[in-house]
Amino acid sequence: MKIKARFFALYRELTGSSELELEVEEGITVAGLKEKVTRDFPQLQGHAHSLMMAVNSEYAAPDVKLSPGDEIAFLPPLSGGSRG
Amino acid sequence: MVEISEDPIHPERVIREVEREANGAVVTFVGTVRSPSQGKEVLYLEYEAFKEMGERKLRQIAQEISARWQLADVAICHRVGRLGVGETSLVIAVAAPHRQQAFEACQYAVDRLKQIVPIWKKEIYRE
Repeated sequence: MKIKARFFALYRELTGSSELELEVEEGITVAGLKEKVTRDFPQLQGHAHSLMMAVNSEYAAPDVKLSPGDEIAFLPPLSGGSRG
Repeated sequence: MVEISEDPIHPERVIREVEREANGAVVTFVGTVRSPSQGKEVLYLEYEAFKEMGERKLRQIAQEISARWQLADVAICHRVGRLGVGETSLVIAVAAPHRQQAFEACQYAVDRLKQIVPIWKKEIYRE
């Protein structure tokens, strides 16, 4: 099935793309996709532990199953707001 | 009212969003780009947002405030793009009948934003 992966900030720089359409097996989970993408993009491996994932703009647990056409965002550690 | 935008944020405009007769207090947080940072002189910042999810999470913060303090008058505006030192990156205004709720809810919003809103900051230093 096809899903859309989106990369932001540091991860866009590391992967060289902001959006990719990926072919994945049916019923793959969030954790499964994370494993696949970090395998396909070794430069992400050092970041795997701090990487957060969102499915269709909502944070998703690792065991959540993906559906065709889902949009999965790969989010670096957040640094919005203010340090003030 | 929540907003993530490239346009400059004017605190008084954000405050006007929350002003109502029933409110006796408005607490406003203004976050600005500071220098130095990490011991280095900052030239400018670049903020990036996952806009759709970001605004959804800002609305969630407003709902959490509404549920916890029964306050409906909350405005959160975060700026993205390139910002120079001293420019305003974030304005949060919370209005309430009494100051205690307004201070607590505004502090909550500032802290909560860092936890859940998908925004990233890149600091560019003078080498």
